Amino acid sequence: MSTNYEDRPRGGYDSDDDQDRRPMGGRGGGRRMHRRRVCRFCIDKVDLIDFKDVRLLQNYLPERGKILPRRISGNCATHQRMLAEAIKRARNIALLPYTTD
Amino acid sequence: METKRQYEVVFIVDPTADDEVSKLTDSFTQIVTDQGGVVTKAETMGKRQLAYEILHHKDGTFVLLEIEGSGREIAELERRMRVNDRVLRYITVRVDEDRRRADKLKDRRARKAAKRPAPSGHARRGAAMDFAEAKSE
Repeated sequence: MSTNYEDRPRGGYDSDDDQDRRPMGGRGGGRRMHRRRVCRFCIDKVDLIDFKDVRLLQNYLPERGKILPRRISGNCATHQRMLAEAIKRARNIALLPYTTD
Repeated sequence: METKRQYEVVFIVDPTADDEVSKLTDSFTQIVTDQGGVVTKAETMGKRQLAYEILHHKDGTFVLLEIEGSGREIAELERRMRVNDRVLRYITVRVDEDRRRADKLKDRRARKAAKRPAPSGHARRGAAMDFAEAKSE
């Protein structure tokens, strides 16, 4: 099964705290707007992503439990790598699921 | 001499053996100390639901240990945890390298900020605007 992230309703992963950071919004309303995505970790100047921080990591796991790709989240390569590593560690000790069915 | 390595060890304890958590933590701490390591932090993260079942358990008690040492104590600790059937799962992460890197980046940022104190025009305008907004509110 292929998951089409683009057609997903934009709810789950950019729901709560980032609305103020994206003044353009561009939600709903006919034609999709091209909004520039920026790495949230770079904005917050995050140097370390802790694998125990489940709340943070969950933002990057859509319902299916897969790691949200960079082209959707807009993360920079460095932070995406750190994030992926953290998610994988969290999965290992059952803080996060490998899959959800 | 080589610098000390830092590790974070998280292990999950069988929830039916909740009263053994502190005993288990103490014994693991003892093992580390015997091997010449130092436990810098021992914290129970509490009981929480597991994201998936492990040995038919749906939840478990999470304990975090922060350890400083040569790496030998980790080998012994992991061996003990593997043998102990109260421990459902454990993970060891070496953190000193990543932390050093984070510190370095932070340092560099701080120095950069000190060297070039925010472009004056923007900064002044920003502050003035903040002030105006505050006044009008």
